Amino acid sequence: MGEYTDMKKALVTIAFGLTASLFATAASAQATLNSVKQKGFLTCGSNTGLAGFGVPDAQGNWTGLDVEFCRAIAAAIFDDPTKVRFIPLAAKDRFTALQSGEVDVLSRNSTATMSRETQLGLDFPAVNYFDGQGFMVRKKLGVSSAKELNGASICTQQGTTTELNLADYFRANNMKYEVVAFATSDETFKAYDSGRCDAFTTDASGLYAERLRASAPDDHIVLPEIISKEPLAPAVRHGDNQWGDIVKFTHMAMLNAEELGVTKANVEQMKTADNPEIKRLLGTEGKFGEAVGLTNDWAVRIIKHVGNYGESFERNIGEGSRLKIKRGQNALWTKGGLQYGIPVR
Amino acid sequence: MSAVQTTVSQASPPKRSFLYDPNIRGYFYQGLLVFVVSYLFYMAATNAVENLQRAKIASGFGFLENTAGFDISQTLIQFSAAGSNYGEAFVVGLLNTLVVSAIGIFFATFLGFAIGIARLSSNWMVRKVAMVYVELLRNIPLLLQLLFWYIAVLGPLPQPRNSVEMGAGFFLNSRGLFMPRPLYASDAWVIPTALLIGIVGTIVFRRWARAQQESTGRQYPVGLVTLGLVVGLPVVAWLVLALVGANPVTFEMPEKGTFNLRGGMQILPEFVALLVGLTTYTAAFIAEVVRAGILAVSKGQTEASGSLGLKPGQTLRLVVIPQAMRVIVPPLTSQYLNLTKNSSLAVAIGYPDLVQVFMGTVLNQTGQAIEVVVITMGVYLTISLVTSFVMNVYNRRVAIVER
Repeated sequence: MGEYTDMKKALVTIAFGLTASLFATAASAQATLNSVKQKGFLTCGSNTGLAGFGVPDAQGNWTGLDVEFCRAIAAAIFDDPTKVRFIPLAAKDRFTALQSGEVDVLSRNSTATMSRETQLGLDFPAVNYFDGQGFMVRKKLGVSSAKELNGASICTQQGTTTELNLADYFRANNMKYEVVAFATSDETFKAYDSGRCDAFTTDASGLYAERLRASAPDDHIVLPEIISKEPLAPAVRHGDNQWGDIVKFTHMAMLNAEELGVTKANVEQMKTADNPEIKRLLGTEGKFGEAVGLTNDWAVRIIKHVGNYGESFERNIGEGSRLKIKRGQNALWTKGGLQYGIPVR
Repeated sequence: MSAVQTTVSQASPPKRSFLYDPNIRGYFYQGLLVFVVSYLFYMAATNAVENLQRAKIASGFGFLENTAGFDISQTLIQFSAAGSNYGEAFVVGLLNTLVVSAIGIFFATFLGFAIGIARLSSNWMVRKVAMVYVELLRNIPLLLQLLFWYIAVLGPLPQPRNSVEMGAGFFLNSRGLFMPRPLYASDAWVIPTALLIGIVGTIVFRRWARAQQESTGRQYPVGLVTLGLVVGLPVVAWLVLALVGANPVTFEMPEKGTFNLRGGMQILPEFVALLVGLTTYTAAFIAEVVRAGILAVSKGQTEASGSLGLKPGQTLRLVVIPQAMRVIVPPLTSQYLNLTKNSSLAVAIGYPDLVQVFMGTVLNQTGQAIEVVVITMGVYLTISLVTSFVMNVYNRRVAIVER
């Protein structure tokens, strides 16, 4: 008798669980901020491992430009950059994970495109890295331009804009190629490294990052052609504008801080600065933080824990890192780049 | 209403309320269950549609007609990034799944029977080798085996510039196996026709030879005649055509290009790794199924056929296997289904099967997860049901007819 009732109870629980999962998803479209605050941490969709952008170290600590972006959001909400749970996602799974609510924000070198915004129900609030697609080949092939790749086998990751640009580029230049597509960046690069393909293609930043993993990094060169525009941006679900604003202005705060000379080291002293722009950014004037559901010192929290955009860039992918990527298009607009912080006012 | 009640009460004297009629109650509860289940499905579907619309996620099956925009490495139909749509990408993936499954089932059956019989061999060495094969292959996860074949066995093959020349236009390198591509002239139809005649002739001859043997005991060289008809006839047809000056089949040879061999036919290493992995893995299970089937045939049958003067090979072929088949076929069907479903592990080694192309690239480029997953599940279900149906028909034929 006892067993029977237990089983019945279990069945009822399962039935309710199933029903709940099917029927109760409607409310989750709104108020991501509230659910994040309730959980006590942010879930961040990250790369499965891309040096400089999102990669766990031997101790399981995540580092990288995209990772620090999530830490900045967590800092703005909780004043604690460690309150992030990273969920590594392969390219082909990342948008489904975001759509289904498995992650609150996707910060994983993903290209913003029109169809992803309009058909996938996503928003890309701010571009945190301007990139373009390139090719890597072995030096001994003697190839110096992507235009010489007619007839080559090319390894690429499936479910990416890379896969589509590749087809476009070879068609536009009237060249033939053999595509070998893999599910994860790891498998893709391994296949290239083992000699399955003549060339490896992904975003230029990714090429430099992946080259470090090659069995002999100096045997490979990155070809000069950049064949596409890849505005890499964090993504959120469409429809929760407050959450979208928080993600957008986390990036803007980091840009404005760099432009105004506010750094991780001097942010506390800067609070007393006279410059009204700095005052508004650091919340000593106005109530900009409260207007998006945060505290007014939201930007101080970001800069104190993570630093400004330039600091994060140099530490993870710039001169202070193994990748040594130049700022280039990602310099501030005042220095000839494309990174332009929307004013806090 | 009252009239009905009176007739009922007249027909069944012990009067009782229809509430307690077990038949009516049965129908009521069945109906209620059907209603609840279909209502649940209906609610789930409408709720999903509503949520998708609220989240501004595209839905419906219209995406199948959108231009694909990506390329696929192995396509059995014409496919190009610009000229084909997602629907055609689906067909490409489906055909790739079917091809690797069909060829895999074919080879796994032969290998499985051979090893299953070898496990019961009277030769100690053969028996032990077969045992080691079975225990090794069926106890290592298939995914690891696929990665082993792909990375450890096919990976170290030489680069295209150092291709292994195997003669007759065959080359082997890290990009796969290259072979001459046959090009057919207009009069090439004669050769397949000859092959068809050969096959039909063989079937007719085999029936006749069997009838002869059963009635008179005389045996005919069935194997030689089969070989002559199936292989010899097309070859003769080709030679005759060549003699009269026609050139029905020419070959396009692979040549060295800048990066890789050009022209000819190419078998991808991904395909080979998947095929070999699936075949050897499933063969280990089939071997056990075959062994069980043979052991299920009582020893007396073997002894009886021995005392009738049949050789061990004949005993196996004519007495044991036909009786073992009734035990073998049902679990064999399961193994065929497993092989087909396991082919979806192709995703790990970059073979463009249905899951890799459709659930991977197409799902991600369109974002229409629900539709893509539903279609894919429907396809695997259909393939499995068709396989089961065919095997059940075969099972009915080989089952022992009770007399």
